[in-house]
Amino acid sequence: MKYLLLKHYRGNPAPVVDYPPMDQWTPAEVDAHMGYMHDFAARLERTGEFIDGQALAPDGAYVRYDGEGRPPVVDGPFPETKDLIAGWMVIDVDSWDRAVELAGELSAAPGPGGKPIHEWLEVRPFLAAPPTVTE
Amino acid sequence: MNESALRELIPAVIGVLVRRGADFASAEDAVQEALIRALQTWPDRPPADPKGWLVTAAWRKFLDQLRSESSRREREAAVTLEPPVGPSQTADDTLQLYFLCAHPSLPPASAVALTLRAVGGLTTRQIAAAYLVPEATMAQRISRAKRRLAGARLDQPGEFATVLRVLYLVFNEGYSGDVDLATEAIRLTRQVATLTDEPEVAGLLALMLLHHARRASRTGPDGRLVPLSAQDRSRWDTALIAEGVQILQAALARDRLGEYQAQAAIAALHADARTAAETDWVQIVEWYDELVRLTGNPLARLNRAVAVGGADGPRAGLAELARLDPTLPRYVAAAAYLHEQAGDLHLAAELYVQAARAAASVAERDHLTRQAARVRQLITA
Repeated sequence: MKYLLLKHYRGNPAPVVDYPPMDQWTPAEVDAHMGYMHDFAARLERTGEFIDGQALAPDGAYVRYDGEGRPPVVDGPFPETKDLIAGWMVIDVDSWDRAVELAGELSAAPGPGGKPIHEWLEVRPFLAAPPTVTE
Repeated sequence: MNESALRELIPAVIGVLVRRGADFASAEDAVQEALIRALQTWPDRPPADPKGWLVTAAWRKFLDQLRSESSRREREAAVTLEPPVGPSQTADDTLQLYFLCAHPSLPPASAVALTLRAVGGLTTRQIAAAYLVPEATMAQRISRAKRRLAGARLDQPGEFATVLRVLYLVFNEGYSGDVDLATEAIRLTRQVATLTDEPEVAGLLALMLLHHARRASRTGPDGRLVPLSAQDRSRWDTALIAEGVQILQAALARDRLGEYQAQAAIAALHADARTAAETDWVQIVEWYDELVRLTGNPLARLNRAVAVGGADGPRAGLAELARLDPTLPRYVAAAAYLHEQAGDLHLAAELYVQAARAAASVAERDHLTRQAARVRQLITA
């Protein structure tokens, strides 16, 4: 079963640990945080559970169709948008419980002072292919 | 020699290496490497004796592996003597490989991957593509599974139930890639069926054949799901149905009923109806009773409730449904269907929408959304 672990810049439930943005951490703290993420992905590859991990730049734009023969409308970025996706990891695991366990571990990435930042991650199941035998 | 004939040889070749003293994990690795070389070189230079070629190539790979691990020099001395292969025990070896790959200590996804590689003779790349997983991840999943089996021997008795579970998973997970997993599952189950007369093995083979017979009619041209009641029955494969029914009858005659035989019996009754209206729901309910008795599976109870709706009317089906846990997967979809049959169109439309939101696959979600739209149109008409 594949799950998406989604990390948001904005739109999360209230944070449980108050910490400054990463640009105010010490370089060593930033390294420790990045290293933790990297090691986590490498470990999941070894357990045969890693599918993909990507980070997104915060800037982008909204695009939509604007009628035949006209260029698409490009709008934004909208600073007031409530939700902003920072990146994701896709895992392939045996159960929802395992997905939650792994998301919990990823959320323990260290922040200032090497303490876990307890950040919220959204866990969403992929829609799979339909089974053959249903009746 | 085509690729599937080549793959047929893989379990026997692993068996030979293990009999010569190789441990399962190393033997399996060596044979996989020999297989990849065979796939590259055979199209141009086909060998006179394919199995002999694979054994020789794999044995060399195995010795190379040993030599590259200096700490194992003593073991090398023991195995390079090449003990005689002994009398052919290919059939036993193959069956033992099935047991090992489906070992109960392995998580299901690992057992599936290992079975497809060591018994199915697929490459890691093919298995990864079939399950939409990166090749590196699949390689790790397989080697981790083999590490977990370290020390496991090929001559220990195994359980058919675990093997059948793995084959069922391969068949039922409808992923589609270059490798046709349903066909592969049928090929492997056929192979197991030639090695044993366990009625449940035959039951699973019959179940697969009966479902596979409907494959062409199960999806529309745009990939949409076509439910059993709406399928074009003239497109069902009558030869596969006949074979499935024959295998099932022989299995049932042995009088050792199991869950796969019961499921196959249900599939056979559906296959037997020339139109959806002619479905023998009374007999189907009886088989669901057996299935529930055998497994206690809540999903079997859910399907039984739908069958009761067919046999005794939708209200009776709804009464059965009311006794079940409403959080079961497809519970709401079943309720929507039965309410529509009972004429509660408004409720049915709402339930189809709810069911679509809870669907576990895109095809089911889209199907249920279409059902909701269809019922809403009935209401306005």
